[in-house]
Amino acid sequence: MDEAFSFVFLMLASTLRVATPLVLCAMGGLFSEKSGIVDVGLEGKMLMAAFFAAATASVTGSAWAGVAAAILAAEALALLHGFACITYRGNQVVSGVAINILAAGLTVVLGTAWFARGGQTPPLLDGQRLLPLFLPGAGDNILVYAALLSVPLTWWIIARTRFGLRLRAVGEMPLAVDAAGLSVAWLRYRAVLLCGLLAGLAGAYLSIGQNAGFSRDMTAGQGFIALAAIIFGKWRPLPALGACLIFGLLDAMAIRLQGVRVPGVGEVPVQLIQAMPYLLTMFLLAGFIGRAVAPKAAGVPYEKEH
Amino acid sequence: MTAPRRPLPAWAEIAMLPLVNIALAFIVVGVIVAIIGVDPFHALRLLVVGALGSSESIGYTLYYATNFTFTGLAVAVAFHAGLFNIGGEGQAYIGGLGCGLAVLALDRWLPAWLLAPLAIAASALFGAAWAAVPAWAQAWRGSHIVITTIMFNFVASALMVYLMVNVLIAPGSMTPQSRTFAPSGRIPAMHDALQAIGISVAPSALNLTIVLAVLCCAAVWVFLWHTPWGYALRTMGHNPEAAVYAGTNLRRMTMLAMCLSGGLAGFVGVNELMGVHHRIVLDFPAGYGFAGIAVALMGRNHPLGIMLAALLFGALQQGGAELAFEIPSITREMVVVIQGLIILFSGALAHLPRPWLQVLFARRA
Repeated sequence: MDEAFSFVFLMLASTLRVATPLVLCAMGGLFSEKSGIVDVGLEGKMLMAAFFAAATASVTGSAWAGVAAAILAAEALALLHGFACITYRGNQVVSGVAINILAAGLTVVLGTAWFARGGQTPPLLDGQRLLPLFLPGAGDNILVYAALLSVPLTWWIIARTRFGLRLRAVGEMPLAVDAAGLSVAWLRYRAVLLCGLLAGLAGAYLSIGQNAGFSRDMTAGQGFIALAAIIFGKWRPLPALGACLIFGLLDAMAIRLQGVRVPGVGEVPVQLIQAMPYLLTMFLLAGFIGRAVAPKAAGVPYEKEH
Repeated sequence: MTAPRRPLPAWAEIAMLPLVNIALAFIVVGVIVAIIGVDPFHALRLLVVGALGSSESIGYTLYYATNFTFTGLAVAVAFHAGLFNIGGEGQAYIGGLGCGLAVLALDRWLPAWLLAPLAIAASALFGAAWAAVPAWAQAWRGSHIVITTIMFNFVASALMVYLMVNVLIAPGSMTPQSRTFAPSGRIPAMHDALQAIGISVAPSALNLTIVLAVLCCAAVWVFLWHTPWGYALRTMGHNPEAAVYAGTNLRRMTMLAMCLSGGLAGFVGVNELMGVHHRIVLDFPAGYGFAGIAVALMGRNHPLGIMLAALLFGALQQGGAELAFEIPSITREMVVVIQGLIILFSGALAHLPRPWLQVLFARRA
């Protein structure tokens, strides 16, 4: 009985640990996508943030300075994305891909130049990290709670505030928002900046919360899993949280099931479980699990007429 | 904007704008190099010498350019159809699987002249099949190809790890790689081929797959601009409604464009596995699929432009490796930064310098 309880507790804790960056990233991406700016660059923002968080925490010795640096780094990329997509009406997917590649390269280049450890930052001491608040074994640092809090907050902002109403409008029909005398660009910039803030927190969580330092490509596709969660949640915060938790649980299971024979099934390949988020999203998008409809104006630059 | 600006002359639009875009990217790279504490001009010199300084380095430059040509063409063909294929990475990976499986199955029985075409066809077939699923989902189920091709990159990677670790691993091998291909399953290296006709060059990874790359460029050019299918494909990219009116079946055209695109990306497997590694290994696409986006953008989606852009990217790849060797504080990933910046400046921010050029031309007129 006790064993079963501790197993469930451990699974829950590790699900939450894995899901935290996904949730933060997904909520960020939700703001961006709701405003009509497709964000393929979540991965890159998170990676850049993770690097600057660990680098700053290691140099200054303060975890909070690390969090601040992470947010600044992600916001810089978010502004770049906004500049390219909103001001210059560039292709949003191209811009996102560029940001991902840029972040993948720049983190290793800067990391090697500054720390000479093959792209890694020096291992962080406990005082330089975000530590568990209540349950020492569960890794429940402050960003885990921030992630859980971000979901109702995102829902409330998008569904219940004036800003959220306008945000949804600008993602569905920017022309109407423009006609109402509001600035499409400024609304979208705010959405993109919110996205940067949350992706920055997700990155900080990875390198100074969950782990003790930055290693190259440490995001390992989680930005894309967050993107999948947004789609899986059909662009709604609570279902997106559900998707993140399912994906987190899958990941926790993949670690537990390594080399274990499941009765009646045999050994489940770890790679299959790791590919599940992508396969599930693919099934969803192919219309087998309900229908996911993106905001209508997503991906389309808005051209103001004169 | 108050005064309407006159459009740029055609030659400036085709030649000058891309050059200004690349120049901007390189200025930013120079700033980053300077921040690291290295003289940018010294780094540039090392890079150029590293890429073109000897027959060995030229060989490697051309070998990398071969991969970039394939992925660049793959992105371009899809792009002409109005489709954004980000799945080159996965298609190259699975294409390599097809090529490797064909060789592993037949290399003990067939001679090279028969096996090579079969394996090349298998790589195209597997690459096309991997692109066909997202294409089908877009054409019949209305899902977005950008997202699905991204997802399929990860699925391809997971599938390959599973196959290499559990199925294809050579007996007794510690690392996940297949058994070595028999000589008939290898594509001759360029230095051996040239030796045979009496020309002596330093050994490098360059192999005869580069001939396939050049043939692909020509074939894509003929297909897109000189066949009815190519015409229909480009019409769909420009104006889907007009294409429907002209009698094009958009679903089938989507399938055709994506399968061609995936097949072209799959040829990376031929160059890497049959040309260099001589076995199936993990992670051989190494970013070529993503870099293909940069190549296509820079090459303006035209085979000739793609060939030139692929040469530049090949030189960067090779020169960057030499640069990293010479200066320890610079890593190979500097090349990845350059690729990212080129995608940014010649893709997302492509229109950034246009007003500047327009002002320049207005003044001269």
